Amino acid sequence: MTSVLYDVPGPKARRISLIGSIVGVVVIGGLLALAIVTLAQQGIFQAQRWAIFGQADVWSLLFSGMSATLSAAAIAAVIAFPLGLLLCLMRISDIAWIRVPTRIVLEFLRGMPVVLMMLFVLLVFATSSFVAVVAGLVLYNSAIFAEIIRAGIQSLPKGQREAGLAIGLTSFQSRLSVELPQAIRRMLPSLVAQLVVLLKDTSLGYIVAYGELLRAVQVMADFLGPQFLFPVFFVAAAIYIAINLAVSRLAIWIERRGSKKAAGGVAKAPTAGVSTVVK
Amino acid sequence: MKAFLTRRKSLLVAASAALALTLSACGGGGAGTGTSPSPVEKPSFAAGSTMEKLSSAGKVTIGTKFDQPLFGQKGLDGKPVGFDVEIGKLIAAKLGIAADKIEWVETVSANREQFIKQGKVDLIVATYTINDKRKTEVAFAGPYYEAGQALMVNKDNTSITKPEDVKGKNVCSVTGSTPASTIVEKYGAVLVPAATYSACLEPLRNKQVEAITTDNVILAGFVNKEPDAFKLASEETFTKEPYGIGVKKDDTEFRNWINDQLEGFAKDGSYKKAWEATAGAVIKTAPELPAIDRY
Amino acid sequence: MDVIIESLPQYWDGFLRTLFLAVVSGIIALVVGTLLAAARVSPVAALRGFSMAYVEVVRNTPLTIAFFFAAVVLPRLGVTFQQFEVAAIIALSAYTAAFIAEAVRSGVNSVPLGQAEAARSIGMTFGQVLSLIILPQALRTVVPPLINILIALVKNSSVAGAFFVLELFGYGKQLANDHGDAVMWVLVGVAFFYLLITVPLGYVAHQVERKVAIAR
Repeated sequence: MTSVLYDVPGPKARRISLIGSIVGVVVIGGLLALAIVTLAQQGIFQAQRWAIFGQADVWSLLFSGMSATLSAAAIAAVIAFPLGLLLCLMRISDIAWIRVPTRIVLEFLRGMPVVLMMLFVLLVFATSSFVAVVAGLVLYNSAIFAEIIRAGIQSLPKGQREAGLAIGLTSFQSRLSVELPQAIRRMLPSLVAQLVVLLKDTSLGYIVAYGELLRAVQVMADFLGPQFLFPVFFVAAAIYIAINLAVSRLAIWIERRGSKKAAGGVAKAPTAGVSTVVK
Repeated sequence: MKAFLTRRKSLLVAASAALALTLSACGGGGAGTGTSPSPVEKPSFAAGSTMEKLSSAGKVTIGTKFDQPLFGQKGLDGKPVGFDVEIGKLIAAKLGIAADKIEWVETVSANREQFIKQGKVDLIVATYTINDKRKTEVAFAGPYYEAGQALMVNKDNTSITKPEDVKGKNVCSVTGSTPASTIVEKYGAVLVPAATYSACLEPLRNKQVEAITTDNVILAGFVNKEPDAFKLASEETFTKEPYGIGVKKDDTEFRNWINDQLEGFAKDGSYKKAWEATAGAVIKTAPELPAIDRY
Repeated sequence: MDVIIESLPQYWDGFLRTLFLAVVSGIIALVVGTLLAAARVSPVAALRGFSMAYVEVVRNTPLTIAFFFAAVVLPRLGVTFQQFEVAAIIALSAYTAAFIAEAVRSGVNSVPLGQAEAARSIGMTFGQVLSLIILPQALRTVVPPLINILIALVKNSSVAGAFFVLELFGYGKQLANDHGDAVMWVLVGVAFFYLLITVPLGYVAHQVERKVAIAR
């Protein structure tokens, strides 16, 4: 597919590219080696520092951090999705006094750092940090879900709605039973991708003192001694990235499966959709 | 509980063995395993009092910090340990409540007043400085300890010995904490904000900040863990932070009762024992109970 | 409300630092991201592999981990800096570049095949095809998503407040502690200054999106 951008490389070009590749690999490998040597000189790879991973308590604390991360993400997702649906319906309502305020609220929520919303809930409503993290995630992600679903509805052929209205459905009925189901299916990849973002954002709980994975690492290092900071950090980062990669893979799998199965096909994320996957 | 203790002990042994190997000096694990004071059998209280309510319920919810070394720090088994926790346990014992019937809730500086007001906790022992502004919202028993703000610097630093020396220099502290405000507003330091005090250690080590500031007892914990790397700029503190026990504002009865208990702990030696089991591992001179502020 | 007016100097200082972080990281991320996208479609397998691995890993790394790495691990690797803004800029631009690379790549894919074929048929090299024909067209369609990535960047810079940089969010936390009785207004003030950047950017994205849609 990309080959359209360049001619099939000849023997000379192939040789140059091979040499370049080898040089590149050597340079990156060298940098990595240098990093490892530098860290090793500071004793970070000493066996005693890693021996703590033989302790069941260390793992149970890491897992409790991980389950704090996952539970906040799961609860936030379960609340945010229906709320997003509701906000979406309000956003595209025919009634101006519902539509316009909803639009303002959505703009507001989207323009705000998630961690600021968490802090706001924590301080102003004096909740536990768990509630603050979940609330922050719900507020932000329901706005994004609403926008994604709206993009999905707008990407539908006009005929869908017209047909719904023609057979005597009210505007709301048409939205609910004709357009929404199609829109959600179309936007499934974007919605799942947004779940990855939500999962990643639980790490902001670190800043509002929620005991997620990174906080668990810090607490453990405080307890055991600072020389254990790096080992536990590296393990936690690996766990975090592995979980996110797994969910991302799931998103890609759903996208592939969807594009095969769904009759109308899964819409390529429209430009607005791409943006929402960021954060 | 027993299994937890042995596991934690073995871990502490492993940790301090590693400490001894990686650092030339070793001051111990830093946080003790704590004690379990035996609860009073069937205490009797005036009907309708908070004490009676808690005592007959057989459980109590106590707010503390989970990230404050020596005072309230979450251990590897998920339970907090420290001097604050010991004080909480002692008070619970006087209510006839065993240590394992206490529900520990993490309170952060930002939500302590609200947690008391909303009844999410029965009392708070969380390095909670008594001041007049807070007294308008909650009531304080105690103080049970008097800390003060201090500066911690690298071992080889000789240029900072008093707070006036940090003017215009980078000083690390936790964002949104009172020590951070003090060092900026009173002494003109440049604040380098972090999420936790321990997060400040690496920048200090790398000389990206000149000092870390917060209450002396917290800094003492860091110095103790790495005596070859850090030291207190001075033993003198430049603020007074009397730690109190937060209860509901109108619950004078409960407050007075806790004050009586604190004085009792000082007399029967359990105050000293609680100190030695926790912060005493680091700060050798055991404190006297400060004069109780019965306002 | 008075607290916002009273604390305007702090807000302004924080606002400027947030803006500074966002602008510098944004420029670096745009350049690095475009290079990564170019590498992703290049004939050299190693470049493609590197770009793919980078984007995949960084997109799945929580921002706090990235910040922790830049602010705490890098100094241990000998990359020292006196200003923590450097760490924040490294973290933010490395993180954002991965998203920009993805957006630009999808833009490249959206350019009709005939464009590249025509360019090649008149003898252009890969570099020429990409820089003269494909990217200029691709960038136009990706401007709205790029702006949205930059909006996310502005918001993401708030994490720096917990990693040693006193920007808008950091000041917000500090002011909230100093004015315990007016926490809500303090944070509303912080929100206002963020919206001051993000809402106009969002408006621009929306307008550009409309124009592009018509032009197509």
